[in-house]
Amino acid sequence: MIWDWDYTFEILPVLAQAAIVTIEATAIGFVIALVLGLFLAILRMSGPKTGWCVSVFIECIRSTPLLIQIFFLYFVFPSFGITLDAFVAGVIALGLHYGCYCAEVYRAGLEGVHRGQWEACTALNLSSLTTFKNIILPQAIPPIVPVLGNYLVALFKETPLLSAIAVMEMMQTAKILGSETFRYTEPITLVGIAFLIMSLVSAALIRIVERRLNLRSAK
Amino acid sequence: MGTFSLSVMLVGAVITLAALATSHTFSVFFPGLLEGAWLTVQIAVCGSLLAVVMGTVSGLAKLYGPRPLRWLAVTYIEIFRGTSALVQLFWLFFALPLFGISLEPFTVAVLGLGLNVGAYGAEVVRGAVQSVSRSQWEATIALNMTRLQALRRIILPQAFIAMIPPWGNLFIELLKSTALVSLITLSDLAFKAQEMNQTTMRTIPIFTLVLLMYLVMSLCITIGMKRLEKTAAKGMPRGRSV
Repeated sequence: MIWDWDYTFEILPVLAQAAIVTIEATAIGFVIALVLGLFLAILRMSGPKTGWCVSVFIECIRSTPLLIQIFFLYFVFPSFGITLDAFVAGVIALGLHYGCYCAEVYRAGLEGVHRGQWEACTALNLSSLTTFKNIILPQAIPPIVPVLGNYLVALFKETPLLSAIAVMEMMQTAKILGSETFRYTEPITLVGIAFLIMSLVSAALIRIVERRLNLRSAK
Repeated sequence: MGTFSLSVMLVGAVITLAALATSHTFSVFFPGLLEGAWLTVQIAVCGSLLAVVMGTVSGLAKLYGPRPLRWLAVTYIEIFRGTSALVQLFWLFFALPLFGISLEPFTVAVLGLGLNVGAYGAEVVRGAVQSVSRSQWEATIALNMTRLQALRRIILPQAFIAMIPPWGNLFIELLKSTALVSLITLSDLAFKAQEMNQTTMRTIPIFTLVLLMYLVMSLCITIGMKRLEKTAAKGMPRGRSV
């Protein structure tokens, strides 16, 4: 018997519970990525010297595997005296890695805002903070929502990496279930299907958000 | 970043690696890690080749194939883009043997990563082919070329230039994904690092070296692809056609 339905239904609730951990990691990681990305994008545009340093930092993070970064946070940081919980280390690594990707996206969005907007704000005597917060950002964000959405799905699909440092997300749970019964087919296939469904659903959601934003900016 | 800044970074990283190789704390780990790095390079190269083939075939099939072939391509692309690379590797490694097909870990790694990146590559190929101006197609009709001739002689050479930068990104993605194969028992760079870490507990030198090695490999790809783009685009008119 290649596929065991009884076993499938037995492990389904366990995997569903692990799916919550996966979603939590995705959500927290993405919030970190969004905030960090914006911060890095602003720093990068603030001056040539800081800009260069930030670019080098971004290039370094983007050029090394996420798995190694997770290991670095989890195994190396304790020797500097910072001990992180596996989940925390994993989520920070996810956020940091994708923050660097988001920084590039934000930059594209910010550079896409017309120069005249800045000049108009100077003419209206707005402070640079108000200009940025009330005028530039609201115009820079809508065009980049689809790209950010793609990164959300990408980040979601990287969460199985957390299984390497024994965070009990879907993949790790599937592996443990498999090692208990020596039946890997059902757990791992189910995880694959779960990822496919969740990716497709979130892609559809992003498309809806995109359409809403387009409608609003068209008005 | 410009090629110059990237080259500066590459030289910096190589010099740091060389300096660390002479220092006593780091040099012990060097031979083992280099061995792992060699396997990483092998997987990355084989995987990239498979990805280019899969990407080109399925991208063109999605665009121009007859209906069943198109559906096949779309199914392939959606499945491999919609699930996690790690889950795909695990499925090929653990679940496939239960259907009677046992593959070597190396084959699994190349297949898994190549198919995964190939699915993303298919979209790159599709986008690049579609970005070639419509008038080019019209011109080939005027010159009485067959569709295949037009595709091979006129459209693909132009699409090729547009494809290079996104393929460069995908190759880097693939290189970084090779770290995943350490989880299916292949002793690549990441695996060696973990193994040494478990036996010696000297985390700082090991993981610093590993990060630097991956950085060097990625920078080589980035710089190489930039040069390739420059060479390929030689003689092409710049800017958007009207």
